[in-house]
Amino acid sequence: MCSLCGILGCDDHWTNAIARPGVYTRNHDMPARRAEAARRMKAANDILSYRRVKLDVWQGRSYVVRSPTGASSVFEALSHLWPEAEALAGRDFDPLDDALISWMEARGDA
Amino acid sequence: MTPVILLTGFLGSGKTTLLQRLLQDPSMAGAAVLINEFGEVGLDHHLLDRIDDNVILLKSGCICCTVRGEVAEALGNLDSLRARGEIAFDRVVIETTGLADPYPVLQTLTAHPVLRSHFTNGGVLTTVDAVNARLQVEHRAEAVRQIAAADRIVLTKTDLAEPGQDQALRDRLARINPAARIVNSEAPVAEILGGFGPAAFAEGLVGREAHGHICGPDCGHESHNHAHHHHASHAAHHHDDVLGVTSFSLVIEDEINWTMFGTWLTLLLHKHGDRIFRVKGILALEGEDRPIAIHGVQHLVHAPTHMTHWPDGPRQSRIVFILEGLSPEQIRRSFAAFMGLSGVRAAA
Repeated sequence: MCSLCGILGCDDHWTNAIARPGVYTRNHDMPARRAEAARRMKAANDILSYRRVKLDVWQGRSYVVRSPTGASSVFEALSHLWPEAEALAGRDFDPLDDALISWMEARGDA
Repeated sequence: MTPVILLTGFLGSGKTTLLQRLLQDPSMAGAAVLINEFGEVGLDHHLLDRIDDNVILLKSGCICCTVRGEVAEALGNLDSLRARGEIAFDRVVIETTGLADPYPVLQTLTAHPVLRSHFTNGGVLTTVDAVNARLQVEHRAEAVRQIAAADRIVLTKTDLAEPGQDQALRDRLARINPAARIVNSEAPVAEILGGFGPAAFAEGLVGREAHGHICGPDCGHESHNHAHHHHASHAAHHHDDVLGVTSFSLVIEDEINWTMFGTWLTLLLHKHGDRIFRVKGILALEGEDRPIAIHGVQHLVHAPTHMTHWPDGPRQSRIVFILEGLSPEQIRRSFAAFMGLSGVRAAA
């Protein structure tokens, strides 16, 4: 259920609808599922660290974003990650922002 | 899953006339039709219903819950009647109003918790009036959005257009939406309705770029950048000089990391979906022999499709964007920066 809207099934993000190990096969093949979940967390945290926000799994079923000041927000589906992270950080994560791109380019070169 | 064909087009562009012709074809005998208003053109079809134009936006909700209420209700009613055996149909055609943005209807098909299990996007047909399109495209954002959302553009009233006007319009439409095939409204029905599947989709992307050809090393397009450190990619774009609409192709030579690509496109559409009318692409993913087709309209991305094989041509990822007021070069740079994050690439 979408925790914001109360509609069932809202958490089916388009990135899940693909037959890849750990993605479409998420109801079995637990190791592949965990590996894919870990990759997603890492990808998201790489970007979130730009504003010192951190994403974690919450009780194995939901997600939580935390700010460096200790504020946190729990949500149910990764599709809600960016609005939640922006609300917590008080600033945007804009992939076309020059500063963010330059920061990522510098990290990619490292 | 029952395909839903969305028939859209600006006011007076010949939607209902086209619908009338389509419904006379034997292949459409099993179609149910939803229209917004009964116009001057009479429609005689046994499964015809009227819907009102209404959008329900849940105030506290996220973008996934913007549901076009009356469309959802009308489709739900059709499905219930079919389940009770009172009617039968094998596809649905929805004719929108002339000023409608197709996006909310597509969103309804994808987001609605019940409908998405019964109906699927069967393609967007956009009618374009060969006589009046130039003015509409230059002055009405709705017309541009409808063209950008099209899988197939159907040119109407070509018999009334002046000599040469037809080709100039086709060129312009191809600049706005290079991924859509353009057909004449007098073409056989099979040509108007056929080939919305993944194969035809790839055919539209492979072998041509936004400006009509694959860019080679000698190509003179200013925006090329073949030498990016991490992710060899280049961009070719074409501005249409009205309403700031740009179509642009991103060609990626390296295999793509799906996890980071999903993160990047999700964030891009979250921030700029209002100004990204269309994303359509064929991707070569890491660890995947078969190509993946992706397809999005504004904030909405449809479920990616596994294609059976690569079409003729190089095994390269290509993504076509139709943008309003965004910089193609900045998108290319953003893509390369996200895909170049070493930590994710090493973990993949």
